[in-house]
Amino acid sequence: MKKILTAGAVILMATLAMPAHAELDTDKLKGVKPTAENHPLEKIISGYEFRNKETQMLQDDDFDNPAYIWVDAGEELWSTADGAAGKSCADCHGDATTSMKGVKASYPKWNEAKGKPMTLQQQVNDCRTERMQADEWGWESDEMLGMAAYVASQSRGMPVAVKTDGQMTPWFEKGKDIYYTRVGQLDMSCANCHEDNYGKNIRADMLSQGQINGFPTYRLKWQKLGSVHRRFKGCMKNIRAKPFDVGSDEFVALELYVAWRGQNLPVESPAVRQ
Amino acid sequence: MAKSKPRVKVPKTATVGEVITIKTLISHKMESGLRKGKDGNLIPRQIINKFTAEFEGQQIFAVDIDPAISANPFLEFTMKVPGPGEFTFTWVDDDGSVYTTKSKLKIG
Amino acid sequence: MKLNRREALALGAGALFVTLTPFRGGALANTTDEEIKAFTGGATVMEDDVVSLTAPEIAENGNTVPIGVSIDSPMTADNYVKRVRILADGNPRPAVATMHFSPLSGSAEANTRMRLAKTQNIIAIAELSDGTYHMAKAAVKVTIGGCGG
Repeated sequence: MKKILTAGAVILMATLAMPAHAELDTDKLKGVKPTAENHPLEKIISGYEFRNKETQMLQDDDFDNPAYIWVDAGEELWSTADGAAGKSCADCHGDATTSMKGVKASYPKWNEAKGKPMTLQQQVNDCRTERMQADEWGWESDEMLGMAAYVASQSRGMPVAVKTDGQMTPWFEKGKDIYYTRVGQLDMSCANCHEDNYGKNIRADMLSQGQINGFPTYRLKWQKLGSVHRRFKGCMKNIRAKPFDVGSDEFVALELYVAWRGQNLPVESPAVRQ
Repeated sequence: MAKSKPRVKVPKTATVGEVITIKTLISHKMESGLRKGKDGNLIPRQIINKFTAEFEGQQIFAVDIDPAISANPFLEFTMKVPGPGEFTFTWVDDDGSVYTTKSKLKIG
Repeated sequence: MKLNRREALALGAGALFVTLTPFRGGALANTTDEEIKAFTGGATVMEDDVVSLTAPEIAENGNTVPIGVSIDSPMTADNYVKRVRILADGNPRPAVATMHFSPLSGSAEANTRMRLAKTQNIIAIAELSDGTYHMAKAAVKVTIGGCGG
């Protein structure tokens, strides 16, 4: 009990010291330097910079950003008990504005019990089935996206920093391999667009570096919030390849590798894109 | 989202005669009735067809909405503050549902 | 359904006939001109600088195009903007919205987000309390994405 009280006091002090909403320094979206020496990019640029003014404005104000409909729903779910254990997220994790700070910046992350890395969405479902004894949420369900966006938004502005060493190494290498392997009828890899040709138009659309620091993202095309795996699938369909499944080991590895490519970019979730 | 949820951004306090900006957003798919589903049949229209903003029972601003308004309809408009009172914002769905949210304004 | 060449030609001719048949103000007033007439009741519409319409020159996606109207008006009890009709002349149905203002609005300014099926004009027509109608147009190019995803 004493320990809990102490922890509570620390959290309280932390809350007082911090602003209510995580601020995003939009200057950093224009480009940051990689830390890793073997990084393929000289300057890491957010997808925000490749969009036009009108699309950027939808993200700039939290009220104008339609993704906040889901974030609000996620906030409500955070303290709503579900499942046979009668627990909510808040029962274990307390106030998300402190306990979830920085979490998104470090995902996908190694999970010792599972013996593999997990994405934030997988971690949410793991908590639901293991601790709450509740049903899993569907990958693209409004509940899952809302929770993922609510948790991710607590890290907004914090630099992306995923661990890729130790047990993560084979997963990182696998992700890198997928990134550079040409697939599909168009015989293209991720790198052909997002490393070799970013900043150029593909028909009327400007190619970005394919950074994922803003996911879950509200896409105008989708007219809703969506996961990064959904976005990966879209890219693969466009090059006429058979997409991997959402939540597959392949996409987890790719998410890890692409997150590494976006190192030091501030977490931007929930972003707005075209 | 299964159930539509409104969001409203309105000042809590203002001065008399000031022109304030009000923003509203509601989660809604705004199914146009012009799209075909996977079975090849038209997906029936279901939209928010009417929005009304009132202050102390008097209409500030209203919109008759057609299917060409985007999903999760967003509206931004103004009001010249006549005094303290209460806002009532109402959205009407094609299925007959009515979503209402209220907000108070103080003079300060 | 498989068509041979002759059937296809016949169908084409049928479609052409339908296209050429003049629209005689039936139950559906769904052309832009019909919509304008329905809104104004046939009154003259002035294309002057009373109404300003803001829209992006290029929309990255036609699903969510931010637009704004602003009408030069004192918005007093005896001189205000009553309604603004917004139309899109290249959509399958041009109707977008009708905004109702009041003196309580304080200003005749509003923003929303709309759908555009393709590159086209957006039209805003304001009805003032003095019974006059004023119009503004804005052309918006809609991007056909190279990688919609």
